[in-house]
Amino acid sequence: MSTPYAKLPGWAEYGLIPLINLAVAFLVAGLVVLLVGENPLEAAYHLINGAFGRGEYLGFTLYYATTFIFTGLAVAVAFHAGLFNIGGEGQAYVGGIGVALACLWLDQTMPWFVVFPLAILGSAFFGAAWAFLPGWLQAKRGSHIVITTIMFNFIASSLMVYLLTRVLKPLGSMSPQTRTFAEGGQLPKLDWLLAIFGLDIGTAPFNVSFLLALVAAFCVWLLIWRTKLGYEMRTMGHSPSAARYAGMSESRITVITMMISGALAGMMALNPIMGEQGRMQLDFVQGAGFVGIAVALMGRSHPAGIIPAAVLFGMLYQGGAEISFEMPSISRDMIVIIQGLVILFAGALENMFRPAIARLFAMQSRRAAVVAQTKGA
Amino acid sequence: MDNIAIELRGIDKSFGPVHANKNINLKVRKGTIHGIIGENGAGKSTLMSILYGFYQADSGEILVDGKPVAIRDPNAAIAAGIGMVHQHFMLVENFTVLENIMLGAEDSQILNKGIAKARVELKRLEREYALEVDPDAVIEELPVGLQQRVEILKALYRRADILILDEPTGVLTPAEADHLFRVLGQLKNQGKTVILITHKLREIMAITDEVSVMRRGEMVATRTTAETSVEELAELMVGRRVLLRVEKGEAKPGEVKLAVEGLTVKDGRGVTMVDNVSFNLKAGEIVGIAGVAGNGQSELLEAISGIRRAVSGSVLLNGKPIEVTGRADPSELRNRGLAHVPEDRHHVGLVLKFEECENAILGYHHDKRYLNGVFLNVDAIRKDAEKRIAEYDIRPPNPRLKTANFSGGNQQKIVLAREMERGPDVLIIGQPTRGVDVGAIEFIHRRIIEMRDQGMAVLLVSVELDEIRALSDRILVMFAGRVVGERGPDATEGELGLLMAGVEGRKEAAE
Repeated sequence: MSTPYAKLPGWAEYGLIPLINLAVAFLVAGLVVLLVGENPLEAAYHLINGAFGRGEYLGFTLYYATTFIFTGLAVAVAFHAGLFNIGGEGQAYVGGIGVALACLWLDQTMPWFVVFPLAILGSAFFGAAWAFLPGWLQAKRGSHIVITTIMFNFIASSLMVYLLTRVLKPLGSMSPQTRTFAEGGQLPKLDWLLAIFGLDIGTAPFNVSFLLALVAAFCVWLLIWRTKLGYEMRTMGHSPSAARYAGMSESRITVITMMISGALAGMMALNPIMGEQGRMQLDFVQGAGFVGIAVALMGRSHPAGIIPAAVLFGMLYQGGAEISFEMPSISRDMIVIIQGLVILFAGALENMFRPAIARLFAMQSRRAAVVAQTKGA
Repeated sequence: MDNIAIELRGIDKSFGPVHANKNINLKVRKGTIHGIIGENGAGKSTLMSILYGFYQADSGEILVDGKPVAIRDPNAAIAAGIGMVHQHFMLVENFTVLENIMLGAEDSQILNKGIAKARVELKRLEREYALEVDPDAVIEELPVGLQQRVEILKALYRRADILILDEPTGVLTPAEADHLFRVLGQLKNQGKTVILITHKLREIMAITDEVSVMRRGEMVATRTTAETSVEELAELMVGRRVLLRVEKGEAKPGEVKLAVEGLTVKDGRGVTMVDNVSFNLKAGEIVGIAGVAGNGQSELLEAISGIRRAVSGSVLLNGKPIEVTGRADPSELRNRGLAHVPEDRHHVGLVLKFEECENAILGYHHDKRYLNGVFLNVDAIRKDAEKRIAEYDIRPPNPRLKTANFSGGNQQKIVLAREMERGPDVLIIGQPTRGVDVGAIEFIHRRIIEMRDQGMAVLLVSVELDEIRALSDRILVMFAGRVVGERGPDATEGELGLLMAGVEGRKEAAE
């Protein structure tokens, strides 16, 4: 009675339901393609082929996925403590300062494996600092984090315009970006990783920060399910009154959680700045902070779900670009629509098919129980 | 038979692996009060939710006045003449009585006409059933008993012929409950059919004509009330003989463990909830706080346990002060020997989405034995949980099961095991057996008395007067935030009832 939905086995909960949701999203997206007079099967082919068809394409897909793993983890960590951090975008943006400073300082004198750890710390520090203020305001002043993080996205955006046009821009340059880093400020590609599978990375910017993203995912799992802090975060996320009863400090957990979340979002900046461009450009985040919300939703805030969800969105980004390239009547906006549908079905409507599936499973388990009983007798 | 108001045939309902209703057959005769009794988790609420259209049965049919009806949602139930008074009222607190009664039955987009009509209709209903209530009073200003009356009027306004009441007396004083029973009698005389769901045997005996007993999802028996007894019903409910009274020896009070002096607590709106309360709690005694829900007991417990800040007053735990007006820290108090079983285990005492073993350390998660540095020692936590599951007979014995999937009684045992196991000096318990089945009540009561006999000081708050009288060595009665009287365990129900209603207390204070 207390559970509105029956408990499903793990593989159905985390595998079957997302797959069904995804299938429906693609089905509806196919209808949209049909509506503009194109062949949905052809579009699907370009999507899949454009994302996985060649080593280079796969490299791009995983490059985007790296970004989304970071922002997805950031959102997920906050979710567990019941906080809705919409500020991943701004935190990632500001996190770029940390990366850029480390690179600008040491890129000409140090190899990448010295600069990289510093850049990690720098991005985490700046990201965390940008999330600290909204966290503190919520904890001490009761300003709702959803509102403040959105506002901080705008502040971050203006701040970065200022920095990139006035402070970090080399003299005489016309574009709002830092100078291009020397070799020490650029991350090696993971061409060898693809080569193991016999694939050629081509020009894809798939780089070492992907491995960092995987490590971060594991650390988030450890944090949430295996540490005292994670236990307190989850208690607060599920029931603030129980947390109070247990003597947990709501404000302390709020601030710490937001800083961890912000640090993860900030680390996203490593991927485009050190991994691809070799410089910090205006607007390098490109909405990844918001995609992180969808990734966390779809991955059910579990690192093991976030990684495939991030790959899925990487595929939509990369394969989507291919579609608009191959099929001119499908514009870039159409791709955004398809992405939106995935978010809608996988995130917002994730419970739509659950009752029906739960009923199926209930019927089956009852039948199994009857069988077991007759066997037992 | 045409005098059957409602008939259920072969109703079956499962929630995943939980078979909540198994092939239920029930006939309720027209113009009677029919009780449905059973332990928590026996499936009463599920059955009534099916009847009222919240859930769909997996199989089986419902007949109203001999005709099969499909009840897909509450609207269909209302159309079939079924009304429901929920345990937790479904009223808009800042609307007036009239507005609440009209809600969902406004007739048109323009309210004026509807209001006039509703007012006339309400007057008629009030006269007919002796259910007086001011139609223009705002709900939140009405006492609970009157709010419930509004719920009943709401159902009658929708022309309900069959009225389902789910645990209606849980929030009422004994006097209010008596009044409710008179109203129900009146409804019966007017030809309405009443279905009363309760776990209180006494109520069943007092007003029902027939009673059906549910146990573990099955309808095990239907009896004519006049021909059965409390003992028989209790046995049917539990499936074995139950000890209704708790055996306990004399208390041997020792030194003062908890001294409360002039404690005053206000709620968020600034209303004084606890007003200058003072008492002592000694080792080896159980002090019960009786009172109708909402008279400050909850706030008193929260202030002592450090969850809610008090305005003034002092509390000494083992002779040392608790900073009740400042930053009292619940986890520090636990270290100092104060354990707290909160009234609301669903939202406060437990995190329902956690695994059992995770709840078994809630509040004690700083304990070294559960930690490896900053990491949780998951093995130790699970082993510990298993040990306590065995000691407290928590079922199912699976420390990794989600807490929400345990029954109310077993959830309460999880909390009790956690709080009692460390042998605290002072144990404060709110509503130890609310929503707990009869079998578990017996177990919990025996544990509480064992703890007392081991020298623990127990402060017990309960709205169940029977429980207070059965367990307490001293009884304090709270009314409107104040302790209005102290009585021994042999005080009669009537005496306590008057104090709880604030009648005697005022006199006592005046004298």
